[in-house]
Amino acid sequence: MSNLSELAIGATARVKSIPAENAVNQRLMNLGLLPGMAVKVVQVAPLGDPIAIEFSCQQISIRRAEAAVIEVE
Amino acid sequence: MSKAAETPRRLARVAMLGNPNTGKTSLFNSLTGLRQRVGNYPGITVEKKTGVMQLGHGEVELIDLPGTYSLAAASPDERVVVDVLSGHVDGTESPEAIVCVVDATNLKRNLFLASQVAELGIPIVIALNLWDAAMKQGLKIDIEKLSERLSAPVITTVGRTGQGLPELRAAIAAALSEKPEMTRIEWPESAQQAEKELREAIPAEIRSQLKELEIRRLLFDADSPIIDRIGWNRDEAHKAIEAARKPLWDAGVNPHAAEALFQYKHLGQILEGVVAAPDESLPRGSESIDNLLLHRFWGVIVFVGMMFIVFQAVYAGAGPFMDFVEWVKVGAQSVVGPWLADMPMLQSLVNDGVIEGVGAFVIFLPQILILFLFIALLEDTGYMARAAFLMDKVFHWCGLNGKSFVPLLSSYACAVPGIMATRTIEDPKARLTTILLAPLMSCSARLPVYVLLIGAFVEPALGTFWAGVTLFAMHFVGLGVAIVLAFVFTRFLIKTKPQPFVLEMPSYRAPRMRNVLFRMYEAGREFVERAGTVILAITVIVWALLYFPRPESLAVDETQAFVVQHAQAGNLSEEDAQAAIEASEELSAQLQAQIDGAYVDQSLLGRMGKAIQPIFAPAGFDWKITVGVLASFPAREVIVSTLGIIYSLGGDVDEESGDLKEALHNETWDDGPRAGQPIFNLPVVFSIMVFFALCSQCGSTLAVTAKESSWKWAAFTFFYMTALAWLGAVAVYQIGIRLM
Repeated sequence: MSNLSELAIGATARVKSIPAENAVNQRLMNLGLLPGMAVKVVQVAPLGDPIAIEFSCQQISIRRAEAAVIEVE
Repeated sequence: MSKAAETPRRLARVAMLGNPNTGKTSLFNSLTGLRQRVGNYPGITVEKKTGVMQLGHGEVELIDLPGTYSLAAASPDERVVVDVLSGHVDGTESPEAIVCVVDATNLKRNLFLASQVAELGIPIVIALNLWDAAMKQGLKIDIEKLSERLSAPVITTVGRTGQGLPELRAAIAAALSEKPEMTRIEWPESAQQAEKELREAIPAEIRSQLKELEIRRLLFDADSPIIDRIGWNRDEAHKAIEAARKPLWDAGVNPHAAEALFQYKHLGQILEGVVAAPDESLPRGSESIDNLLLHRFWGVIVFVGMMFIVFQAVYAGAGPFMDFVEWVKVGAQSVVGPWLADMPMLQSLVNDGVIEGVGAFVIFLPQILILFLFIALLEDTGYMARAAFLMDKVFHWCGLNGKSFVPLLSSYACAVPGIMATRTIEDPKARLTTILLAPLMSCSARLPVYVLLIGAFVEPALGTFWAGVTLFAMHFVGLGVAIVLAFVFTRFLIKTKPQPFVLEMPSYRAPRMRNVLFRMYEAGREFVERAGTVILAITVIVWALLYFPRPESLAVDETQAFVVQHAQAGNLSEEDAQAAIEASEELSAQLQAQIDGAYVDQSLLGRMGKAIQPIFAPAGFDWKITVGVLASFPAREVIVSTLGIIYSLGGDVDEESGDLKEALHNETWDDGPRAGQPIFNLPVVFSIMVFFALCSQCGSTLAVTAKESSWKWAAFTFFYMTALAWLGAVAVYQIGIRLM
């Protein structure tokens, strides 16, 4: 078990759980990031934060701390 | 043009809705042309844009709603969308049809919003935009099947070329008359039950004003702003909503995730067999560009280079255009001057009040237009999101986000375009904080003060090297203070709900010249319309404070004193002295300068300066510096010419002027403990420079702040900066004289 912030650039994983009470996650779910979905880390900013993830043909940037609560497998 | 929108016959209203980055605004511009009106929604600073669209048989009013991903109202933008659509905004009735602009390359996510809106039962037309990009990616979309399943017209459009626009207009016209209803999601039993329970829990008198869509928002959203709008008791509301969510929990669905889960399931069924991705997923062009532009090393180099170009263009590139504006202004003054020579007061009002005031805001146009040229290019290409991505960490810790970078950088040239550029920041908290801090960046108008004082005092005393260091350091005084304040403001002052930082990185696209020009035109027009009159008014008021009272006798007395002085110095009779003065251009200029100085001395502003000088005494200012400071509140760059007038050198001096530097050196205290000592020593010089670095001395900035936020925040900016400037100046002076 790991979380989204631990994935290396280029790594793909499947969303296991995404806590729904958090505002960032609600936005991500509205954009289509739901449990069971494939997600890939495509970029990391030069200063290490934020990161850009790709799911269902779109690239979204979120902060590391917020990626850390999303569990992937 | 705006008159056309006010035809007596009420036009049908059509709202335009869509995700950000779908080309919605470009489509809106194509449909309405220049027949647009821009304002704010009542009570909030969300831009309200409406235009008139020509449809075969007549005209309709088109409302461009802010771009949003969802109706879940996390931001003011989303709140406006919900309120406009459900008809709860004063002066804006709910629309009769909706055009939902959908990115054809990301159908499911875009239809999420359309499906949320479908519950209103208002006819919806789907504009499948970016159709060319979808073709390029090899996507196959069965339009007929999609339209049938959605039971809504689906029109493919390419905003860039205008392809599909006639069909879109026809579809809107048809939707207005035929009123088709788009397919709605079928909520599972648990969601229906929850909605029913919530509806029953809402007090009857409130319930009647709520649409079904709004009840669903109350049910699904974490802390819906609708609660406040309808005046429901918050505690009661939260209790009722929590209770109503029970059926969802019982069905094993988290209510916060319920809407996304159900809607995406519904959309999955709609899109089944409609979209076929290409056999091999083509590598998206964006990814390889990003590998360079977001690279640890090269990405940063490109970013710095690009920002350097933007800054240089605004800072230096605007120069010739600003010189031109200045040239026209001076030309106008020299034409009007002689023409009104018989009426000195009117002449001064027109020249130094009105023309000066018009010049005072037109002078900003070159910088605004150039900055918005680059902003439009950065946004249109998709690089703006990357810039925010690169810079986010730098700003995140003090409560801002990466999007604050471009506005703050531009403010180093001038805060006016910088504050206008904050429109690119979606998060209201980060936006307001950036507006409040932008005027602290060392703008180009502060430079003359630094150059004058450093050249006159720091360089002779400490040498060229330290003069350079001082000039450099002065550019960071405001920035340093701003960093601390950002931390304070975002934590303790601005109570807006924090926004999730979820930033879409749109695909790179070639910019479209038409869009870019439109952005520039819009920024320029709004600045002139919104801020121009305020700047003009401020200039005229300060002109009056400097002009009145103006007793004739003062000029007579000054002339007399000058003649006597000249007669004694040259051992002449007074008549000869007078004749000599009249004959010599230099001497009459000197006399005029002395008269002007005497008038300023006893003008309302001069008197105010003397009256409040004790306040500035701890900063080492005498009354002349105080008057100079007061006169610079509308525009700090006038300090140099004001000092010229106060020291009787005339207003034409500049910061390199040897006479002015000499005059400053020769100033001594008339009385008090330091009588006879020079007024300008290094602590005073640094105290003045720090004061100018921090003080809010720009009427245009305040006018733009008020228009981009509110007068309340403009007043706050004025007071916090001025207080800070005073504290800084006093601290520098008091520490300085103890070190000397």
